[in-house]
Amino acid sequence: MSHRKYFKPAPELESEVDALVARYPSPRSAVVMVMHTVQEYFGCIPADALEWIARKLDIEPINVYELVTFYPMFHQAPVGKFHIKVCRTLSCALRGSWRLHEFLCDRLGLDSGVDGPQTTPDGMFTVEFVECLASCGTAPAMMCNDELYEEMDREKTSELIEQCKKKWLPNMDSNHD
Amino acid sequence: MATEHRLILKNIDRQGYDTGIECYLKHGGYNTLKAVLSTPERKMPDGRTVDTPAWLRNEVLVSGLRGRGGAGFPCGRKWAFINHGSGKPVYLICNADESEPGTFKDKQIIYKDPHQLLEGMILSCYANHVHLAYIYIRGEFYEGARILKRALAEARSKNLLGEDILGSGYDLEIYVHRGAGAYICGEETGLIESLEGRRPYPRIKPPYFPAAFGLYMSPTIVNNVETLCAVRHVIEMGGSRYGELGVRSDPGTRILSVSGHVRKPGYYEIEIGKVTFGELIYDLAGGLAEGRKLKAVIPGGTSAKVLRADERFKLRSSGGNGESAETEIGLLELPFDSDSVAAAGSMCGSGGVIVLDDSADMIDVLRNISGFYAHESCGQCTPCREGSLWMSKALNRIACGGARYLDAEYLLSISDGIAGGKTVCAFGEACAWPVMSFVEKFRGEFEARAAADESRSEEENADMIVA
Ligand SMILES: Cc1cc2nc3c(=O)[nH]c(=O)nc-3n(C[C@H](O)[C@H](O)[C@H](O)COP(=O)(O)O)c2cc1C
Ligand code: SF4
Ligand code: FES
Repeated sequence: MSHRKYFKPAPELESEVDALVARYPSPRSAVVMVMHTVQEYFGCIPADALEWIARKLDIEPINVYELVTFYPMFHQAPVGKFHIKVCRTLSCALRGSWRLHEFLCDRLGLDSGVDGPQTTPDGMFTVEFVECLASCGTAPAMMCNDELYEEMDREKTSELIEQCKKKWLPNMDSNHD
Repeated sequence: MATEHRLILKNIDRQGYDTGIECYLKHGGYNTLKAVLSTPERKMPDGRTVDTPAWLRNEVLVSGLRGRGGAGFPCGRKWAFINHGSGKPVYLICNADESEPGTFKDKQIIYKDPHQLLEGMILSCYANHVHLAYIYIRGEFYEGARILKRALAEARSKNLLGEDILGSGYDLEIYVHRGAGAYICGEETGLIESLEGRRPYPRIKPPYFPAAFGLYMSPTIVNNVETLCAVRHVIEMGGSRYGELGVRSDPGTRILSVSGHVRKPGYYEIEIGKVTFGELIYDLAGGLAEGRKLKAVIPGGTSAKVLRADERFKLRSSGGNGESAETEIGLLELPFDSDSVAAAGSMCGSGGVIVLDDSADMIDVLRNISGFYAHESCGQCTPCREGSLWMSKALNRIACGGARYLDAEYLLSISDGIAGGKTVCAFGEACAWPVMSFVEKFRGEFEARAAADESRSEEENADMIVA
């Protein structure tokens, strides 16, 4: 018997989802938008939220599951606080994005031989290679969460890491002074 | 010295120009829409009086405007496939997936002049009796989706959208729909499946042409962001005047995304056919780095066949008197328009021009491109799913010191097994064409690599693997 709690979304999440569903002649069409909304709330799409989405849109859980696994932007387990995506595609590669990925991984103690997402043990950073971000004119490009960083180099990458750490650490440091 | 011809990008990057509706209105925005909606009937060139939507469709047809998303299909002809008597609603989807590597032009419009896109969309929807439309935007454009949402809300508040637009009796709703990082959602039938909430597996054509069986099996128009903006200019200028821009077979202006080994990568809007690759690379994009020589150009996104810097092409040009003459030119003299690039054996595609200088290792370049396609194949059909992966694996091996004499033939045989209508969608061609063209045109590099790798002894090879 399952002891999992019956998933109950916050009222604002539920009303946000209802508004999305109303935009389409068929509720199922809203599924990717609903998944984005859920992922913004929880940082990923947990199994019970997935089932809730399916019920809400009157489809089978497998129909949501097959989308979580298809689309690169969705994940079933949480990723790091700062999710850095480095473009690996041609125009960025020509301008050194692979060396930059290596540099970034080295700085964070991650394995630069890994293409897919990998997270630092403290859960702060996730780094992964992604395909063309439509910023090839300002290559090499990266994203950190939902922000784009263009014309990156080592210096700007180090700066980005420092900024992230600063954003995260104040909460921990505040007891010290 | 070649210059840009800015029509769609006219206000973009101007000091003080922002994405708000007031700014757009101040620059004459929505005037075309207002004029169109205030006149329910129009006279056609042949003297007949028709309703304004039919007149708009004719203007677009007359203009000769071709799609800017990749396939270059004439927009007016695509619209003419729509059956307005089917009893089903007609849908319009703006393809803002912008995922072809090397392409970043739609982004400029979305991020810097969203109302221009909306005006183009509203005009296109009105022309085709559409009452519900979506903008399918790639998931990574977080900010773009926010900008569009804001612009839509502004347009609604001014009754440029919604019910009874500006008192014309016409109703229209437009929503932003975000993708989630899959290239295949740019293919129009994959996009439609995605929008219906299923895995974005492209549909087979025939019978699933969007114009006949599109979104919810209803007649559907899918147009690229830039195409819809061009429609606004077609209507503003009049179809025949717009048609005078560019060349007859490919009229108007186009925004080219230039990246790779140039000093000034960026977006350049040109009059089609009036700028050559040489002018684009050396005048507009600032040329190559000091001491570098041009090696090759990918003219229309990574799916397009590569062009060698030293290739010669035969172009047919028809004189005014009906005679046609053949001229032989080099890559630098090749004009950027659909017919010319097709005559050179490639395509304008999405307008993503990737420039490669002599520092580029063609095996590495192709390995990168093939890696992209192996990652992005939707996996629905066997030749594409398996073939894209085999090509990518072989290229990884070649790039890592394991090249063999048979590799060129091996790669060609795989790509032959994919391209040529053997797959559900044109992704098959998109992943095969780069391989075919790189191997054929840079065979020497593959053979040199094979000669070096095959000449090593077993021990040397073992050492290499350890190292
Ligand atoms: C694999 C593949 C990917 C595509 N990606 C895009 C894209 O990202 N954006 C786009 O506008 N068209 C893309 N297209 C072309 C669309 O299928 C479609 O032809 C286009 O959106 C039609 O608009 P247009 O006639 O205005 O060009 C792609 C096609 C294929 C085969
Ligand atoms: S050709 Fe490739 S991308 Fe297109 S449907 Fe077949 S497997 Fe999918
Ligand atoms: S290749 Fe990196 S953004 Fe296009």
